Amino acid sequence: MNTVQRTMLLGLVVGGLVAPHQLLAQVSYEQILSAADEPDNWLTYNGTYASQRYSRLDQITASNVDDLELKWMLQNQAFGAWQSNPIVVDGIMYVTERPNDVMAVDAVTGRVFWMYRYTNAPNATVCCGANNRGVAVLDDKVFMGTLDAHLIALDAINGQPLWKVEVGDVNLAYSITMAPLVVKDKVIVGVGGGEFGIRGYIAAYDADTGEEAWRFYTIPGPGEPGHETWEGDDWEHGGAPVWITGSYDPELNLTYWGVGNPGPDWNADQRPGDNLYSDTVVALDADTGELKWHFQFTPNDGYDYDSVQVPVLVDMDWNGVPRNLMLWANRNGYFYVLDRVTGEFLLGEPFVKVNWSSGLDDTGRPMPTPQPEGSPTWPGNQGGTNWYPPSYSPRTGLFYFAAWEDYATIYRKEVSEYEPGRPYLGGGFRVLAPAPGAPTIGIGRSSPINNWTDEVGHGAVIAMDPLTGEPRWKFDQFDVSDSGMLTTASDLLFTGGREGYFYAIDARSGELLWKASLGGQIVMAPITFMVDGQQYVSVISGHTLVTFGLPD
Amino acid sequence: MRRFIRLSSLWLCAFSLFAPYEEGVAQGLGDHQYTSADIEAGSRLYAAECALCHAPTGDGVDGVNLRLGQFRQPLSDFALRQLITTGLAEARMPGFDFDPTELDAIVAFIRSGFDPEGTAVKVGEATRGRVLFEAEDGCASCHRVNGRGPRTAPDLSDIGSVRTPAALQRALLDPAAALLPINRPVRAVTRVGETISGRRLNEDTYTVQLIDSEGRLRSLLKADLVEFEVSRSPTMEPTTLSSDEVADVIGYLLSLRGLQ
Repeated sequence: MNTVQRTMLLGLVVGGLVAPHQLLAQVSYEQILSAADEPDNWLTYNGTYASQRYSRLDQITASNVDDLELKWMLQNQAFGAWQSNPIVVDGIMYVTERPNDVMAVDAVTGRVFWMYRYTNAPNATVCCGANNRGVAVLDDKVFMGTLDAHLIALDAINGQPLWKVEVGDVNLAYSITMAPLVVKDKVIVGVGGGEFGIRGYIAAYDADTGEEAWRFYTIPGPGEPGHETWEGDDWEHGGAPVWITGSYDPELNLTYWGVGNPGPDWNADQRPGDNLYSDTVVALDADTGELKWHFQFTPNDGYDYDSVQVPVLVDMDWNGVPRNLMLWANRNGYFYVLDRVTGEFLLGEPFVKVNWSSGLDDTGRPMPTPQPEGSPTWPGNQGGTNWYPPSYSPRTGLFYFAAWEDYATIYRKEVSEYEPGRPYLGGGFRVLAPAPGAPTIGIGRSSPINNWTDEVGHGAVIAMDPLTGEPRWKFDQFDVSDSGMLTTASDLLFTGGREGYFYAIDARSGELLWKASLGGQIVMAPITFMVDGQQYVSVISGHTLVTFGLPD
Repeated sequence: MRRFIRLSSLWLCAFSLFAPYEEGVAQGLGDHQYTSADIEAGSRLYAAECALCHAPTGDGVDGVNLRLGQFRQPLSDFALRQLITTGLAEARMPGFDFDPTELDAIVAFIRSGFDPEGTAVKVGEATRGRVLFEAEDGCASCHRVNGRGPRTAPDLSDIGSVRTPAALQRALLDPAAALLPINRPVRAVTRVGETISGRRLNEDTYTVQLIDSEGRLRSLLKADLVEFEVSRSPTMEPTTLSSDEVADVIGYLLSLRGLQ
């Protein structure tokens, strides 16, 4: 009929012969299993199932990092912190923006192929902003949890929605903010709502159909082991949300999940008992969701010490014996080493000032030292660290994470009455002021002015030696940091912070090698990938996704 | 007289629309649509018989907006006629003893969006339409629905909720007139001699993003191209289906509502 159609036919013929580097956007489970061997791609929230956020790419080095140049930027269209962590498949980047929009972006130019906009139920409720931290991919599908607690599958090529299931009841303030984890043929997500009296859970869905495969309640019901750690009907509204992506050990077939705070948050007296599995890491069978072991960091927590950190899986010698370990810097101010086969506690050391506990016993259980009413508790409500993804470099043997140092909170307890879908907090808190009676300050950052002082707290990157629990070095920042970490095979550590600086740090020494002032807070973790032989590093600052690379 | 004038102005309109693409138009609209006379007759019948429950605006019953063509489930013209005739006991809708001409009129009025000057497209059976859609060399050889089919042409999974019957009919009879600018076919030849054809997704001064003829996402730097062409002609030909078949395909497309 017309020339275009004839050309289409020609294109079909030629198409069969060309292009080894096709943008197929197809990700098999086997590829995700061996994602570390495929550093050109960034296939999961934390890069690999072990969640080390370590890349074998080494084109960018200490000696050329100064040459890094801006390749492209992409502005988002939504206000508020941009916590999303992109995924990159064969040169296509999948990134979300508030509230639940997904974009497929050309990772070389930053130009958008398609954008999917999800309309949340008008009564979707979250404690801390309309956050979404990203997608998961499997085969030719992209998966996202939504603020109104649904899980949706999209066509990775054209962005069309394929299926959608209700994970939680939006009317009861269930939500999803985390990036899902894909294991085999299942998509696994947890629910948020720990400030609204939910009963948390982790659930797995068939990737093809969205049919629920299993569900693990993070608060055991009557008759289940652990239920005795609650009194009366406290368990029904005891929180224990899961809002950060877990990890997976394929040999043990175990998924690991950090569980959030019990509710009401700040009045532990209102829910006597250890409140399992709040502030706990749970090891769940990937096929059935069955609990294999658990380790609770903060029993009967009254400080909102969510244990929603990323479980970082590391194989290393422990006292001369090779072991399968899990490294964990917890919001409660302690750094832990656990055996991930059994959950055995191996080491626990404070990495910031801690006064809510005088230390850990031989089993890792904290010895509580609650502070008198009106006195500061260290670390404060946002914790010694929080959900910001850490990194472990097998080359340096060090574990890197963002810490909030010298940061305290004065807690206030109240009895809260549960009302469906309403905040269920058990009191409140204020950040310790720089002088008695001085005005207090908020915890977020809503303007470019840093109204914190050094006495109130400051940030640091800690390079932890997991064998000793002693920091090898620290990289201090004046403001606190909610940024995650990325390490590479050239011993670079990339991170950021609220000040908007994007840093390349020598992962061995902690020396600052390069920085760029990007102008907006960095509240996600950088990623790296390679297209056509060029290594890129991407980071989000404020409302801008920024991608750097070496000159062509 | 009035009726005649309206009819002819409709035709004038149709001709001016199709004039540049005349060559490609396989069929006129006469077989595919109800007449203005039908719509007007339906308007009088509706006011007398239906408006009491369905309201003059068509939205008097929960979950139904007759003017916007929204029913509790998509209905073909045939099913609509049946429903009017037999009633719907669970909704306490009585049956009506209309003759075939009157049923034509009522259906025409509903399909026109209650607008005597509107276009009342015939809507056939979704099940028959699906068979046509999925037939060899049918729509499904380029279009994708609910995760099945190639991605070279636009995905139609929710087309029934974003297009009117009239727009769907136009796309079938005169694809060139219905082609959205963003979907225009692209043909590019790179410096290394690769020819890439596909559907445009996005474009700027220096780059173009597309889905190529094999369903892959491609982003091209224009500086790397020796030829680059965006065509106004869709790769889709005007349909050769009969008017009843077109009505059936429209019925099927209207049933594609996307994820609810």
